[in-house]
Formats: sequence, structure tokens, C-alpha cells
Amino acid sequence: MSDHSLASPEHAGDHGVEHPGYGTFVKVWLALVVLTGLLVLMSHFGQSFAVWGLLILTPIKAGLVFYFFMHLKYEGALLKGVVLVTLGTLLIFFALLFSDVAFR
Amino acid sequence: MSEATHAHAVHRDDFGARLGMWLFLVTEMVLFGGLFIAYSYMRSKYPAEFHHAGAELNATLGITNTLVLLTSSLTVVLAIVAIQRGDKRKTMAFLATTLGLGLVFLVIKSFEWATKFHHGLYPNSAHLATLPHGEQVFFGLYFTMTGLHGLHVIAGLSVLGYMLRMVAKGEITQDRYVHLENGGLYWHLVDVIWIFLLPLFYLAA
Repeated sequence: MSDHSLASPEHAGDHGVEHPGYGTFVKVWLALVVLTGLLVLMSHFGQSFAVWGLLILTPIKAGLVFYFFMHLKYEGALLKGVVLVTLGTLLIFFALLFSDVAFR
Repeated sequence: MSEATHAHAVHRDDFGARLGMWLFLVTEMVLFGGLFIAYSYMRSKYPAEFHHAGAELNATLGITNTLVLLTSSLTVVLAIVAIQRGDKRKTMAFLATTLGLGLVFLVIKSFEWATKFHHGLYPNSAHLATLPHGEQVFFGLYFTMTGLHGLHVIAGLSVLGYMLRMVAKGEITQDRYVHLENGGLYWHLVDVIWIFLLPLFYLAA
């Protein structure tokens, strides 16, 4: 795929893209800490706020870890697909269970 | 005949290694996903009991542990940046920080569990049997899910400890660090699972 003989230190490895630096990941970490603070804050405003915080903010946090920390941003369609198919499968199980529970 | 081919016999496929790791992580996601679905169903069945039992948990410890794990995830990914730049010293420092933070997580977790045990809250305890059925289910899920997560933290620390050793011995280098990447992937998944456990048990219950 990539020509290793031409690879400079920035292009080392087989990702075929330039590696992000320390700063990118520190920013992502800051975003995660802020989102955690927001989640805690929302839980102080009562049960329904806490649940909305859980449903909206938690997937965003998990997404940031997957996309940046776990380098999915820099991976090809196959790896992204593997993860999406898994999440889709879990969602289907979730929907099947609650479609059953809701109509009992 | 074999002498000439010997030098080329080392097969290397970093993408294949990462794909294999991701396939394993996907099974982990399904494992915990099943437990999350069980939690959601039980919570919809016993909303009041989950609310009451959740108030027993120490949210401050849960939030502290979240910050500890998030930071430990950051230091793993920074260790990979450092090895990409060929900075062995920084790689080892970042990895050692991750190991330290992982241990802090376990210490906090053990204090938390010890307090629960002290209050008679542990699987199959006499006190637990006197609680309403929904609260028994809540603590059952709490011990199962945080316990299974704790085992993953211990496994992750062992893996990353071995990675630190490999970096020290020069077996993980600037142009060959897929082991470290895969070890890091495992640690991040452990972090993601905790990201979900915090609101489920400590905040939204």
C-alpha cells in the first residue's frame, strides 16, 4: 500500500496518513472531562435530566474515545464497518426486547 | 535453499493484527451489551427500587474513578504518539502513568466495595435478602457489571505492564509498535465500558 522506502518519521507505520500529535489527544481528553462535568451537572436537576444526559452525552463520550483514542478516524472502511455492524446488532436486540416489553 | 529465504520468512501484517484485536473487542462489546440490555429491562420493570438502591452508591467515588480512567486512556494514546516519534523514555513514562492510574482505580473500587460489604451489601448476604426484589436485582447487576469490569481492568494492567517491559527491552520500537496499539485498544474499551457504567449506576439511577 504505502511506500515504506519513502516514509519519513511522520509517515512511519502502515496507516498511510500523518500521525496526530500530542495536542489532538489532549483536546479530546479535555472534551471528555467537560462532557463528564455536564453529565454530573444534569443529574443534579432530577431524574429525567439525568436520563437525557445518559442517553445523549454518554454515546458522544464513547464515540470520542472510539474515533480518536482508538484511532478509528485513521482506519479504513473495514474496521469502521466491523464496529458499526456490532453496534447495529446490539441496537436491534435492544429494539426487539423493548418492542416485546412495551406491548405486554 | 532455506538459507536464502530465511531472512524473508518473518511475516508481518500490522493491519491484520489490529483487525484481529478489533474482532476480539467486538465480542467484548456484545458481552457487556447483553448486560446493558438486562439492566435496561430490569430498570424499566423496577424504576422506584433502582432509584432507591442507586442512592446508596457513592457518586463522588464513581466520578473520581471516571476521571482517573479517562486520564489513563489519554496517557496510553500519548505513549503511542511518543513511540511513533521514537521517544522511548516518554513512551515508558506515559505507560507507567497509565499503570499507576489503573491501580488508583482499583484501590478506589476496593474501598467502595468494602464499604458496601460493611453495610451487609454483597451477593447472597442476609441483609440483601430482606430488601425488595428490585433492589436485590439492582445490586446483583451492580456487582456483576462493576466486578466484570474490574477483572478487565486487572487484565488490561497486566497487558500494559507487559507492553512496558517490551518497550524497555526494545521489542516495541518506532517502526514496530502494533503490540502497544492493540494493548492500548483493549484499555480504551475498558474505559468506554466505564463511561456507560458511571451514569447507569451512580448518576441516573
